[in-house]
Amino acid sequence: MIQSVETHATLAEAQRAMGSDAIFMAGGTLVMRDVNAGATATRIVRSSDPELGDIRLSGDGVTIGAGVTMAAIATHRDLSFLAPVARAVGGPQIRNMATVGGNLFAPHPYGDLAVALLALGARVAVVSQSGAPRPIMDILRERGRVGLVASVHVPRPQSPADFTFLKVSRIKPKGVSVLSIAAHLPRQGGRIRGARVAFGAMGATPLQATAVERVLDGQNLDASTIARAVQVAVEGLDPPTDALASAWYRREVAGVHLKRLLERMVRG
Amino acid sequence: MAKTPVVFVLNGSERASFAEPGQNLLEFLRRGVGDLSPKYGCGQGTCGACTVTIDGETHLSCLTLAESVAGKRVGTAAGLATGNQLHPLQEAFMEGFAAQCGYCTPGMLVSAKALLDRNPTPTREEVVEAISGNICRCTGYEPIIEAILAVAKGRARA
Amino acid sequence: MTMGFRKEFFADERDDNLNEIGKPTRRQDILGHVTGRSPYFDDHLFDGLLHIRCVRSPHHHARIRRVDTTEAQSMPGVVRVLVGRDVPRNLNTLLSLLDFGIDDEPLLAETKVAYKGEPVAAVIAETEAQARAAVAKVRVDWDVRPHVLDVEEAIKPGAPVVCEVYPGNKFIYHGKYDHQKLRYGDVEAAFARADHIVEGRYQMSPIEQAPIETCGAIAAPETNDRYVCYTSTQALFFSLGTAAKLLTMPSNRLHFVGGTVGGGFGGKVDSLHEPLAILGAMLTGRPCKFAWDREEEMQVGAPRGAERWYIKDGVMRDGRIVARKFTGYFDSGAYTRLSSYAIIKGVGHLPGPYTIPNVYADVYCVYTNRTPATAMRGFGITGVDFAIEAHMDKVADVVGMNPIDLRILNAYRDGDMKAHRREAKNCALIECCQVVAEKAGVALQATSRGASSLRDGGGERARLPAHTALDQKGMVTGIDTGGYARKGGGASRQPVSMPGYSMPAAASAARPPAQASPRPAAAATSAAPSQSSTTPPPPPAAPANAGDRPRQGAMRFSSISGLRRR
Repeated sequence: MIQSVETHATLAEAQRAMGSDAIFMAGGTLVMRDVNAGATATRIVRSSDPELGDIRLSGDGVTIGAGVTMAAIATHRDLSFLAPVARAVGGPQIRNMATVGGNLFAPHPYGDLAVALLALGARVAVVSQSGAPRPIMDILRERGRVGLVASVHVPRPQSPADFTFLKVSRIKPKGVSVLSIAAHLPRQGGRIRGARVAFGAMGATPLQATAVERVLDGQNLDASTIARAVQVAVEGLDPPTDALASAWYRREVAGVHLKRLLERMVRG
Repeated sequence: MAKTPVVFVLNGSERASFAEPGQNLLEFLRRGVGDLSPKYGCGQGTCGACTVTIDGETHLSCLTLAESVAGKRVGTAAGLATGNQLHPLQEAFMEGFAAQCGYCTPGMLVSAKALLDRNPTPTREEVVEAISGNICRCTGYEPIIEAILAVAKGRARA
Repeated sequence: MTMGFRKEFFADERDDNLNEIGKPTRRQDILGHVTGRSPYFDDHLFDGLLHIRCVRSPHHHARIRRVDTTEAQSMPGVVRVLVGRDVPRNLNTLLSLLDFGIDDEPLLAETKVAYKGEPVAAVIAETEAQARAAVAKVRVDWDVRPHVLDVEEAIKPGAPVVCEVYPGNKFIYHGKYDHQKLRYGDVEAAFARADHIVEGRYQMSPIEQAPIETCGAIAAPETNDRYVCYTSTQALFFSLGTAAKLLTMPSNRLHFVGGTVGGGFGGKVDSLHEPLAILGAMLTGRPCKFAWDREEEMQVGAPRGAERWYIKDGVMRDGRIVARKFTGYFDSGAYTRLSSYAIIKGVGHLPGPYTIPNVYADVYCVYTNRTPATAMRGFGITGVDFAIEAHMDKVADVVGMNPIDLRILNAYRDGDMKAHRREAKNCALIECCQVVAEKAGVALQATSRGASSLRDGGGERARLPAHTALDQKGMVTGIDTGGYARKGGGASRQPVSMPGYSMPAAASAARPPAQASPRPAAAATSAAPSQSSTTPPPPPAAPANAGDRPRQGAMRFSSISGLRRR
């Protein structure tokens, strides 16, 4: 049962205040669900650090503060490539509250933005770790122990047509993912170089579909490449069964949706 | 356990009450302040019956920490009418049979008002997206969408 | 979206100068809805309101060895922890108010739990958060038992006994049979003559009503030694009677306020909130709120029960259905509640809106370790209608007919005798089919286009069958169906304990033992004895102690088993 709420002026102070009895709250869309249901933590820790809301162009992309909301991403002129993803998260109210940082820690089946960030090769600045921001996949793997996140650096796709996101949900426009797919396929001379394809709700965290990436790399994006990519769509993945869909169903349809997404990219 | 005083503006007038630690805004508004218009449907952020505006943007009060609205402007369905003068959305909902059990209605109205306040001439698609965070189990949504579009059309003519 | 009126149909049966019907009007409560003033049960503020939350079984089926509430009682904010023995009368069945059924369900389980989520204790605390924290500290020592979740598995010999009142996991109808029977004509003889036999199996999972408002009640001490109770119930008098019975309190000490329901759809008829809320107010002297959260609404809240139907039709080459046989299983879940009545409704509905000269139905109310089921939108009817209509399409496919033509051919017309021995009146299936075909662009046969509910019914089709085949299948003995009614407000009696009943050795052929005094109005099955049956109907089984030991209950409102004869 929550017994106190602390708000710290800087993220660094908030990180120091964390402990096994505390949970960090940003937008609250996940934490307050647990609080309402009777969380075991006794302290809520928040931060009013203004850097959490920053969006800055830097280097090859954009650095987004961990406290930036989905609604802010959906309307920011430098983040138009992420807008369709942000708009797929929750409904309008959730988008006004949910943050980039929170999405990184969202348990299955949530975390649609994190899927897109994984496909884009984002890097994450961790409060308790100095040095360069770390690849997002590392953070996703360590998210039980990595502590608070300060910002996410997202490289901008060279061409908007190289990046696509697809969310599969039973209810539209707002629904929880049965699965989601993000693909970043930079082209050089028509050939794919450095393919990154990420799946959401197909494992404990957003995951890269490395078998698909290997098939796509060095190829033209055409019908035969797509067919071969679809064949290995779920290779190395072990999707879960939950109230929305069974593991069997996810395995059956992942390739179908991957095909649709890749064909959409061909059409441009 | 220490309670936190929260001073804020509710539907245009300044209010104050005490929030329990970890108390959500929905419970705070209903029991702490006495505004019973936002409703409890899930406590999980899925149904939208608790929708309020905070500084003009829609939020789910069941997922909002009560003390986080200190100094902010909160809007609920109870604030749509001015005395006996109903808001056009309220008239349109009544005229268009846009409520049956009525339980989702306060949240729907808040979402609809927030839409029209920032986009007075929405397309049907934009209306659907604006209420996509509000579940209705009774009407099938059509009368609600039509009522909102009717208000938009009425304003466009005016 | 405007509604179309097809006023050409039944034009001379209808007065079109009506003031309300057919004209738009405003809901009388919609002003409250749009202003947020409609008073749902939770829209009442009380100083010092306490919150009740239940300790619930995580198991489908378990014996309760021990409930330890000591740690919970000492948690911050906890005022009281209730267990089964705190409930004045901890055994009920909802339809005791209609003199139908046997008390089978505790408000708070004491000896065992039969479904996941069944409550075994209730914590009353100053805040909801404190109540939740204390619930987590109640220790229950469970002896987990095997469970059964499928209706046909539950009635197999050796299946776990879900509800000890019914050792065979089947509700006993009229004190005689382990299912509800409908017998009309002779289906087996008709099957032998039919050109086609069409069989199908249809099933429906439980469906959760999922209203946006969850179930709940707030009760508080009121003036004149009464308790006021604001409730989400759809069935205010039902709730009043149930609370009076469980709390052994005269109903004039209860002031129930309701009727503003945030979505019910049948899911708010089970009336099990009010007794706990009122009990809390009785024992603490303070206002108490007992409301489900969303998870409880979905898991513990009674859904529309699962159903499974086997339908076998005998069909002639030209599409006429000459015989229809139903075997139906309703999944009542762990307790009876309203399911026993759902089947009576459902069977009265058979064989659907069609004139079929031979109809047979065996419909079982089965107990499983699933959440107890309740009503939803067309209680007892919707599931079987799905089965019937899916089956009609299958029949159409077999005989090579357009499915709408098939329905018009077999549709009942005014004056036809129906399987429950009443004449069909005000039929309109044919006209509905014709309009549907027109709107869907389906071309019908000329005979279908020219058909009418007002023509070609009655006559031969109004006659009862010459012979109805009867049987004693599923007969049971040793069960007491004494009523709950107390005439003249007599002193309350001890509940009659229900011994395990027995099935006669040769169930289908057995004749009942000679009886002393047949009960006059009881044991009316949905098939009244056929007027020209060659087999006299057996006299109702009169158990040894019938009639002289009425069970505990509120004053009787009406009787479900003594159907009004017209």
